[in-house]
Amino acid sequence: MSAETSTHAHHVDTHAHGHDHHDHDHHHEPGFIRKYIFSEDHKTISKQFLITGIFWAIVGGLLSVLFRIQLGYPDADLTWMKPFLGKWISEEGQIVPEFYNALITMHGTILVFFVLTAGLSGTFSNFLIPLMIGARDMASGFLNMLSYWFFFLAGVIMFISFFLATGPASGGWTAYPPLNALHDASQGGVLGVDFWLVSMAVFIVSSLLGSLNYITTIINLRTKGMKMFRMPLPIWAFLLTAVIGVLSFPVLLSAAILLLFDRNLGTSFYLDAINLAGEPLANAGGSPILYQHLFWFLGHPEVYIIILPAMGMVSEILSVHSRKPIFGYTAMIYSLLAITVLSFIVWAHHMFMTGMNPFIGSIFVIFTLIIAVPSAIKVFNWLTTLWRGNIRLNPPMLFAIGFVSLFISGGLTGIFLGNSSIDIRLHDTYFVVAHFHLVMGVAAFFGMFAGVYHWFPKMFGRYMNQTLGYIHFWGTIAAAYLIFFPMHWEIALPRRYYTHSGFEAFSGFEQLNMFISTMAIISFALQLLFVFNFFYSIFFGRKVREMNPYGATTLEWTTPIRPGHGNWEGDIPEVHRWPYDYSKHGRDFIPQTEPLTQYEIEHGEHGDEHDSDIIKSEEHKG
Amino acid sequence: MALSIHRRFIVHPYKFNMWIAIVSMVMIFAAFTSAYVVKKGDTSSWEDITLPSIFTTSTIVIVISSVFMHAAYVSFKRNKVQLYRGFITMAFLTGVAFLTMQIQGWNTLMLQGVELKGNVAGSFIYVISGSHFLHVAGGVIALLVFAIKSFTFFKVHDTATMQRYQINVEVMTTYWHFVDFLWVYLYFFFYLNR
Repeated sequence: MSAETSTHAHHVDTHAHGHDHHDHDHHHEPGFIRKYIFSEDHKTISKQFLITGIFWAIVGGLLSVLFRIQLGYPDADLTWMKPFLGKWISEEGQIVPEFYNALITMHGTILVFFVLTAGLSGTFSNFLIPLMIGARDMASGFLNMLSYWFFFLAGVIMFISFFLATGPASGGWTAYPPLNALHDASQGGVLGVDFWLVSMAVFIVSSLLGSLNYITTIINLRTKGMKMFRMPLPIWAFLLTAVIGVLSFPVLLSAAILLLFDRNLGTSFYLDAINLAGEPLANAGGSPILYQHLFWFLGHPEVYIIILPAMGMVSEILSVHSRKPIFGYTAMIYSLLAITVLSFIVWAHHMFMTGMNPFIGSIFVIFTLIIAVPSAIKVFNWLTTLWRGNIRLNPPMLFAIGFVSLFISGGLTGIFLGNSSIDIRLHDTYFVVAHFHLVMGVAAFFGMFAGVYHWFPKMFGRYMNQTLGYIHFWGTIAAAYLIFFPMHWEIALPRRYYTHSGFEAFSGFEQLNMFISTMAIISFALQLLFVFNFFYSIFFGRKVREMNPYGATTLEWTTPIRPGHGNWEGDIPEVHRWPYDYSKHGRDFIPQTEPLTQYEIEHGEHGDEHDSDIIKSEEHKG
Repeated sequence: MALSIHRRFIVHPYKFNMWIAIVSMVMIFAAFTSAYVVKKGDTSSWEDITLPSIFTTSTIVIVISSVFMHAAYVSFKRNKVQLYRGFITMAFLTGVAFLTMQIQGWNTLMLQGVELKGNVAGSFIYVISGSHFLHVAGGVIALLVFAIKSFTFFKVHDTATMQRYQINVEVMTTYWHFVDFLWVYLYFFFYLNR
């Protein structure tokens, strides 16, 4: 019966009944506030996510520059920063240890959640899902708008915590108890962790509202002919990312609620037999390991929430700019599915050193190593897509190739780290830092950059500056490798330490740290170039003059150059084929909207040799 | 371009949204109850807690509330306005009754000496039933809106609008059944895992 009943949201309404949306929309042109601030248009919301994400990326990057100065130049005189940072710079001009802890904590939190979850998934899921599947908008524009504003609120709360007298959370981005469960165990713990937890709770609400919209939209609002196995790969990636989010983020919410209770209402979920400043606390019967289990049940899927959208977009971009179909479309989908399933049964590989039963550890080792299989399938397919392609080395393509390179480099060390016995040695060292920054940090950033450069013309109707794009790419990939490749040599250096100078065992890395820090600062400066290019091009970039500048097959390029709310003027196009018909039958590309010819066989369907011979002879005649 | 698109939803997007939201709510409580089970298994300091008998009564009340909600939905579908008004109001009132009983239940626990700060077994009961309480409270507020609308809405709108409104009633029904079922699960969970 639900097919007959339509809803209040006119886009769902029109979609369900095939009214002419165009007429409908012009009755009420929205005002400035509804159009740019409290907008329900998925494209505007996507840009809001992107620009907020860029803001947080600058903040998060700046924090890393500060702590890299401490690590690389521990004796530098930073008195000149005192006007900005006040008491966080000591009288001698050094970064205060408490502030260092806050810096690394907030760097991790901001980059993982605000930039690479909301900024990446929020931007591109919102932008591409309706455009690529042929929908007027999301299933619920209102919830979608709420999703952004909850994210905004989470950001405001987190931002305020920087200005607390005792500073923001400083107990690590994982917020492990007991350190983070006690008010008096650290400066950041006095109030900062409460802000952190409340901000995360709000963020989780935002993420869930977004995710459920993405799933519903992809399942329900595809245009006619857009079968699941005709969807472009980014859509598959966004779908599975959202599925992971819906299943794992609520668990972090539970963990955060229990931690808030422990902190503020005297419960003992995570606390047991603790002495603070020589005094025993009343708490008894809790288990800090319980928190770790709950946290990493989100925490591990979270890294796939970060990397899957990047994988999906890279697959698309590699195919478009190689002028070749993606190699192994179905294998790409099944490997995404495999990663999704496996992501939920490997969380304890973050906890090998918590004294867990070695037998249980070995089960997690096996599942962890199995993830290498779908990952390798994806890498193989990307490389074979490039193989003998007619490659255009423009900025999006370069960043997509850079993604593959970084994903391989970072992924290889994952095989070492996934073994519980080797992890005894590698646990909590800079080897781990190098691993995850390459494989999910920088790689996801490259996926995001590729996406921004590629879809910028669709977003703003203008191109980004290519020259600046090239400088951005070559500088960033060089800096990224020069930061994180040498970092593997710091295999004996424990991470998160304020200084290594007091320990004989950790000496000898001063020069290396100095080098890494220098590269980090250069890398940060290069990102500002991107930010400039981004905002400059929004207003002054070269205008897009054709609907389909890349010669791409997917639906977003059938919309007007600057699509309005509702995306298509007139009816939504119908889809007749998969999205990767490049260099087929002597044609550069065949759009998804073009029906199959009489003798043509759809991708995935089996035909015999005879048919393709007929096609060839037809082509000769034509 | 293609002809106009007549797409028949298998499930309406709003309902689908609700189902996925339910999945995420299930995950919240799955996390809570599995933490409960883990904690119960690995500590010697676990105290068995006698559930207050009013929780049994509240369980019956919330099941009855679910029945009212369903009756309201069915009467809405059959366009029986008077019946819908009655049933949706009853669903709301039984919802309020459930919330009151939960608060009484916590009072009884307090009187038994089970404190939030005390043994972790008790803390879990407060946190889990409290989180569920909030979910029901959200539902009760929504039900209040539905109940008020049932008295004002019908006078104003035509049948077509009413048919559109039906999806809202359906989503409400789904949510209400979910929180009711969730409590029944939690009740038996507490009962069996003391």
